[in-house]
Amino acid sequence: MTATWAGQRARPGTVGTGTIRADAIPKSRGDFAFSSDLYADGMLWGATVRSRYPYARIKSIDFSAAAVMSGVRCVLTHHDVPGRNRFGLEIRDQPVLADDAVRYVGEPVAVVAADHPEIARRAAEAVAVEYERLDALTDPRLALSGVGPDLHDGGNVVAHHRIRKGSAEPAADVVVRGVYHVGTQDQAFLGPESCLAIPALDGGVELYCSTQWLHIDQDQLADVLSLPLDKVRLTLSGVGGAFGGREDLSVQAHACLLALRTGRPIKMVYDREESFFGHVHRHPARLEYEHGASADGCLVYVRARILLDGGAYASTSRAVASNAGCFACGPYEVPNVSVDSYAVYTNNPPCGAMRGFGAVQSCFGYESQMDKLAAELGLDPVEVRLRNAVGTGSAMATGQRIDGPAPVAELLRRVRDMEPPAPADSSTCDDVLMPGGAANTTHGEGVRRGVGYGVSVKNICKSLGYDDYGTARVRLSISGGEPVAEVHTAAAEVGQGLTTVQAQIVRTELGVRQVVVVPADTRVGDAGTSSASRQTWISGGAVRAACEAVRDRVLRIAAATLGAELSELWLADECVRSERTATDVPLAELLGSTNVDETRVFRHRQTFPLDPETGQGDGHVAFAFAAHRAVVDVDTELGLVRVVEIACAEDVGRAMNPPAVEGQMHGGIAQGLGLALMEEVQVVDGYIQNPSFTDYLIPTTLDMPPVRLSILEIPRDDSPYGLTGVGEPALLSCPAAVVAAIRDACGIDITRIPVRPEIIAGCA
Amino acid sequence: MRLSCTVNGQRRDIDVCPAESLLFALRERMGLPGTKNACEQGECGSCTVYLDGVAVCACLIAAGQAEGGDVVTVEGLADDEGPHPVQQAFAESGAVQCGFCTPGLIVAVHDVLSHSPRPTDAAIREALAGNLCRCTGYEKIFDAVRSAAVRMSAEGKRR
Repeated sequence: MTATWAGQRARPGTVGTGTIRADAIPKSRGDFAFSSDLYADGMLWGATVRSRYPYARIKSIDFSAAAVMSGVRCVLTHHDVPGRNRFGLEIRDQPVLADDAVRYVGEPVAVVAADHPEIARRAAEAVAVEYERLDALTDPRLALSGVGPDLHDGGNVVAHHRIRKGSAEPAADVVVRGVYHVGTQDQAFLGPESCLAIPALDGGVELYCSTQWLHIDQDQLADVLSLPLDKVRLTLSGVGGAFGGREDLSVQAHACLLALRTGRPIKMVYDREESFFGHVHRHPARLEYEHGASADGCLVYVRARILLDGGAYASTSRAVASNAGCFACGPYEVPNVSVDSYAVYTNNPPCGAMRGFGAVQSCFGYESQMDKLAAELGLDPVEVRLRNAVGTGSAMATGQRIDGPAPVAELLRRVRDMEPPAPADSSTCDDVLMPGGAANTTHGEGVRRGVGYGVSVKNICKSLGYDDYGTARVRLSISGGEPVAEVHTAAAEVGQGLTTVQAQIVRTELGVRQVVVVPADTRVGDAGTSSASRQTWISGGAVRAACEAVRDRVLRIAAATLGAELSELWLADECVRSERTATDVPLAELLGSTNVDETRVFRHRQTFPLDPETGQGDGHVAFAFAAHRAVVDVDTELGLVRVVEIACAEDVGRAMNPPAVEGQMHGGIAQGLGLALMEEVQVVDGYIQNPSFTDYLIPTTLDMPPVRLSILEIPRDDSPYGLTGVGEPALLSCPAAVVAAIRDACGIDITRIPVRPEIIAGCA
Repeated sequence: MRLSCTVNGQRRDIDVCPAESLLFALRERMGLPGTKNACEQGECGSCTVYLDGVAVCACLIAAGQAEGGDVVTVEGLADDEGPHPVQQAFAESGAVQCGFCTPGLIVAVHDVLSHSPRPTDAAIREALAGNLCRCTGYEKIFDAVRSAAVRMSAEGKRR
């Protein structure tokens, strides 16, 4: 089913056409400036002193040795924070520089500026911090039970969300139970945290940085620096990936503090090890599930208890826990629901946003349960899902009716019906494509193939009553005799292709060929975050609204100039066309030196908080769905897995830039495969064991199998062009499908991701 | 200490500290930040450059090791006629998202195709296993390699 958008011809570079990114050639030539590439005359390098302990009281900080080192310009501690020494996305609970205590290993305690990064690093090492160690609380179950110290005022439970629907004591013919675990995943964006802060003549600061949301950084920084908002000016520089890991502040406040103190530009760049300590991770989760069903496989109830370890500070834990709860039943009709989702403080590394945002963890739980249920009933795993799949009009666990497209069954059928990959054949298959890869551990002996499925759901846009909006300014002028449209938003291009989509929208709406996307900065109104798969919807909507306003003004100018009725004029081919007189007036002629400049704000429909006791309510703007089929070869003796193929079907509403949509899906699938098989930040007693790409493995070209996509375009009636968000769904049920395939291949129960070889080989 | 070498065809004489990597010297002392700093321990390939015709991770090479050497970076692959076919293929295949891995991959693919003009899919996977990409899942990178191979053989271009 492919929708066509009425009235739109497929001009190059417009909405729906495959459009080459404007930044692709500069990025390929090495000419594109990422935040780590920036340079200013006279700049100094910043470095961070970090806590060595998961929990300790700071008794003293002695930086006298560091301060006198040759080339060191400045050392700052919490005493030097002029404003509020706290930041945070939901609760401002995290110190910019630790004051009384440190609550995780790697927490910033002091910052240094020096002439050379190596001098800065050595000076940071020379800062002597005297700690009084405290007993660390690193077990989230203990934190939930109230045992151990309160790490923050108000106790260690950051969030508890309840969902209660239907009967409390429903009767079911079949009951399956399971306890599942999801490890800590890292976003592992390739571009390290970095920025350049330049002190300004007016006492403010110009900050060039990588972030997902300029205005929320600005808001927090203004409070930290004790400056009015207009003196904290941010410009987005090239962002080397984000995936949720750039929602929280990292280098920004430190660089600004150093710049304002030294009066010199400050560059900060983390190396990979520091990056593992410098941003939040995906919450590790423990999920207890009980599913009850009728004998014919229809779900009667779901009970779930989900515990997320939020680590030392709140970040987005409340919203992640809410999402984990809201989507704990998956895309299924469940009449009776009892879900409790919690996030707690511990002395582990802070956790927050990562692609999928709570829905990934739940999905591994509920999809594992659906397979268990199918096995219990002797049903095909796809069949049991089809019998319970939601559709338009169905109620989610929160009671919210799905009023948009919900083609869950169709997506599942699509991946099921794809041609299966050819069977493993060691005589024709390159050994690097066998389990174990280049290690050459098998020529096919002990290798079994398995197939697994997963389906998933997640909210698109911000939820629960949040007043979410985006702002765009569009300016049409004549330059060199040609119309040029300039589009300006604060929306963060993090790699997803947003700047290209903005230009496509302008070309579509104004019919002009030349579009300039101005760098995102805080001179224009808030765009909200490049998260929650919302930015094309929200900032795209704002760009379209601004274009409509520009078009309206142009046509009014034309009507007055030509003495025509407004209703008989329209814009096409860089002309104003009159229907009645069949004449074209070129925009260049009509506008001359007149600029048409309009700014508009776009909001999605209102949502509402959920009832605190029952979790019922219209909390979400939209739901997006995906289905996966994974085919794996498993070396059952060594426990090694080769993913042979992943198929994914997703409804995208409208593919604004089809290759970019495919790219989002490919990338999401890769991160899902990583979570299923190899990616885990291993934390022992609060210490990260593997902060490097040597020890934290992300999928390589040899790990990724061929991927097959099926993209549906069922237009929504409440979004620009009918689109829905595409950033997250392709990740959600990928881990569940991979694990289901491994279970299918070797017949063992697997309850934890990433799956370790010793579990498969049965020697754990 | 003094470092003299050729970078992208130009003779460079610069001061470096003994502990600095070739990556740092290129990015911070020669004004060539196109070569990227993603892991700085030789795992991700984002800093791949040619040193005397061999593709290496610039983060693992001490700047002093380039003394008298011939370095080619991603900035040195295009010519006056425009981007190199590998660069063009990456852009047109949708192989670029955030772009942080792209410069290293461009050099790595350039190297692969100069040795093996029409690599098999398995050979492509094996050859690029040292270059991490977090955005694309590699599918469109493989498309770009195949496309670049066709372009280069059509243009009779090996380097």
